[in-house]
Amino acid sequence: MATNILMPALSPTMEQGKLSKWVKKEGDNIKSGDVIAEIETDKATMEVEAVDEGVLGKILVAEGTENVAVNTPIGVIVADGESADAAAPAPAAAAAPAPVTAPTVAAAPVSAPIVSVAVVPEVPVGTQMVMTTVREALRDAMAEEMRRDGDVFVMGEEVAEYQGAYKITQGLLQEFGPRRVVDTPITEHGFAGLGVGAAMTGLRPIIEFMTFNFAMQAIDHIINSAAKTLYMSGGQMGCPIVFRGPNGAAARVAAQHSQDYAAWYSQIPGLKVVMPYTAADAKGLLKSAIRDPNPVIFLENEILYGQSFEVPKLDDYLVPIGKARVHRVGHHITLVSYGIGMTYCVKAAEELAKEGVEAEIIDLRTIRPMDTETVVRSIMKTGRCVAVEEGWPQSGVTAEIGMRIMEAAFDYLDAPVARVTGKDVPMPYAANLEKLALPTVSDVIQAAKAVLYR
Amino acid sequence: MASAASARTKSAPARAAAKSSASAAATPQFTKEQELSAYREMLLIRRFEEKAGQLYGMGLIGGFCHLYIGQEAVVIGMQMALREGDQIITGYRDHGHMLACGMDAKGVMAELTGRRGGLSKGKGGSMHMFSKEKHFYGGHGIVGGQVSLGTGLAFANYYRGNGSASMIYFGDGAANQGQVYESFNMAELWKLPAIYIIENNRYAMGTAVSRSSAQQDFSKRGVSFNIPGEQVDGMDVRAVMAAGAKALEWARSGKGPYILEMQTYRYRGHSMSDPAKYRSKEEVQKMREEHDPIEQVRARILRAKFATEDELKAIDAKVRAVVAEAAEFASNDPEPDASELWTDITI
Repeated sequence: MATNILMPALSPTMEQGKLSKWVKKEGDNIKSGDVIAEIETDKATMEVEAVDEGVLGKILVAEGTENVAVNTPIGVIVADGESADAAAPAPAAAAAPAPVTAPTVAAAPVSAPIVSVAVVPEVPVGTQMVMTTVREALRDAMAEEMRRDGDVFVMGEEVAEYQGAYKITQGLLQEFGPRRVVDTPITEHGFAGLGVGAAMTGLRPIIEFMTFNFAMQAIDHIINSAAKTLYMSGGQMGCPIVFRGPNGAAARVAAQHSQDYAAWYSQIPGLKVVMPYTAADAKGLLKSAIRDPNPVIFLENEILYGQSFEVPKLDDYLVPIGKARVHRVGHHITLVSYGIGMTYCVKAAEELAKEGVEAEIIDLRTIRPMDTETVVRSIMKTGRCVAVEEGWPQSGVTAEIGMRIMEAAFDYLDAPVARVTGKDVPMPYAANLEKLALPTVSDVIQAAKAVLYR
Repeated sequence: MASAASARTKSAPARAAAKSSASAAATPQFTKEQELSAYREMLLIRRFEEKAGQLYGMGLIGGFCHLYIGQEAVVIGMQMALREGDQIITGYRDHGHMLACGMDAKGVMAELTGRRGGLSKGKGGSMHMFSKEKHFYGGHGIVGGQVSLGTGLAFANYYRGNGSASMIYFGDGAANQGQVYESFNMAELWKLPAIYIIENNRYAMGTAVSRSSAQQDFSKRGVSFNIPGEQVDGMDVRAVMAAGAKALEWARSGKGPYILEMQTYRYRGHSMSDPAKYRSKEEVQKMREEHDPIEQVRARILRAKFATEDELKAIDAKVRAVVAEAAEFASNDPEPDASELWTDITI
């Protein structure tokens, strides 16, 4: 019986990939375990092994095809002598080739995620804009700063030979060599402290945590050594360092790998905490973070890595730390968020607009120092606010936003500030429970309507 | 098991004594200038710490205050071995290291009293002082933290190729922290110029080495990383300097890190509030009488006629004057201005 070979999901966040090469030709015999094709994911190029035996009856997706959605039939395996046309049309749960790595995600096929930004950030008129993924923007930022300053180096697990666990440091080893692109052992506490020590001498380390979940092992050096030294030394010794990596929930990686640390780090005097949403902000803010004389926590998001945004084509594009950005102009209600939280706000605003509600969206971009002024200016216009984050509610960033609004703009409010947050539970693994644990667009719309008394 | 452990504890002072007499023959002799310099520098630390203890009793110094009395030969011997540009980093028992680096005694004492003329403007205290100029990188209050940080200093030397090495001091207690071994691994992996100086004063706060450490020979703590190490009589400044010179040669020639276990002893409690119930008065007394690092130098100076009793008294008087001036300054200097609360948080 003919069996479809489906485009496999080879990483927790993969939604589509490039079929870079067919290793087997039509008519070739295939045994279980044979490598049949190579697929480039959002993280790496992976080999796909056959699970079923038979003959590769037909290739449905030619090699070199980009943006092949997960679960698309890419080929057909038939029994010897059987016709390929006998294959059933894409049985979703049929024997897809086993992924070489961990769990497959039955993600719905989607087209390449391209996100448009309504309000373009501060760039000269006529600047050419280039569609860039957040992943490329981060890499470009590091490469530009490493070219500019020999004291900048990047260090972390799998940043060099592997080209980055999430491909953020792709190509840096080739350009800058192993002295400046340093693979470390799995030793977060040790290399975070090592980075801080190097920064105290005036070097400018970029310390990549494979994810911020692992930085819990290193949090003593981030807080006790990096954040407090300037104060404890009476201003003599600073620590120009960037700690960066993906933060928050990815997809289906459960409680220990799905935590948002924005609120944790934002509590610490001596740290700056940045959490960009767009690729332009990711690039401009990372460049600013690398130049900043203070320790900067740079919180990225795995799901955003593959999303494309317009990035201004400028030789040296910097976004100032500590400045929020009006992402969408509106006058009925203010939605405040940052990082991945912005995705809910953007979609909610589109839905609300269909009902005649024009929401203004503020992207904080920096959590500490927080640009309260931009938020308050918006609330003076709208009188209503919903703050959105993926993090937990208690002592969360949205709790801080709400309090600041009460302190600075109480008289302008026409309704209490509402918040939408991740639920107050460890992240569950099951797909349905995970969805329930995260904020939704509908949560934001409901909160907005409540605040609007609609 | 229990009896073996207690036997080891009892033999510890004897082992140090045997070590020092055994190594005496091999220990390189100091010149007159070296002996007199070592005497003066160690005495400065001793007198400074005694004064700090006094000021603490008077309520002028608050919080934690960890005195270095008894361990002076370790930092002074190492200081005599290193060269300009080498960095120093240590934990919270740091006053001696700062004085050895040449940091101003007035500034250190005023920091202990929390005054505006303190090296950290009164904002760091006993455990947190720094000097870029003297290559002193703290002063760290989290046990073991300085080991990773110091490995970063060594990494910076390797990155810049400047030929400098970093002296990373920590105690027998800190030697049991996990990050020490993370650091050892990276330092040997990348052949970083790091000298790990384990000041084994036999007690991590109140816990004897025999009660905390499965491997009590700290010079072997780098064995699984292929880092060479040796035990040194840390009460003999000459032995310390010789071992330091050997370790530095190793590190500077690109061979990587080196471990020196300095066998030493602290006379005072862990901090000012330590009643020291975990050891006998006799043990302390025996160390003071038989192994005091300053008395050893003093006896040698007199024996070799490098100086007379009167000349040594003159050195004592000068050292006392420096300490008295520091205490005077630290007692009268005003507290930091209230506006300092909000400075130096970020640049």
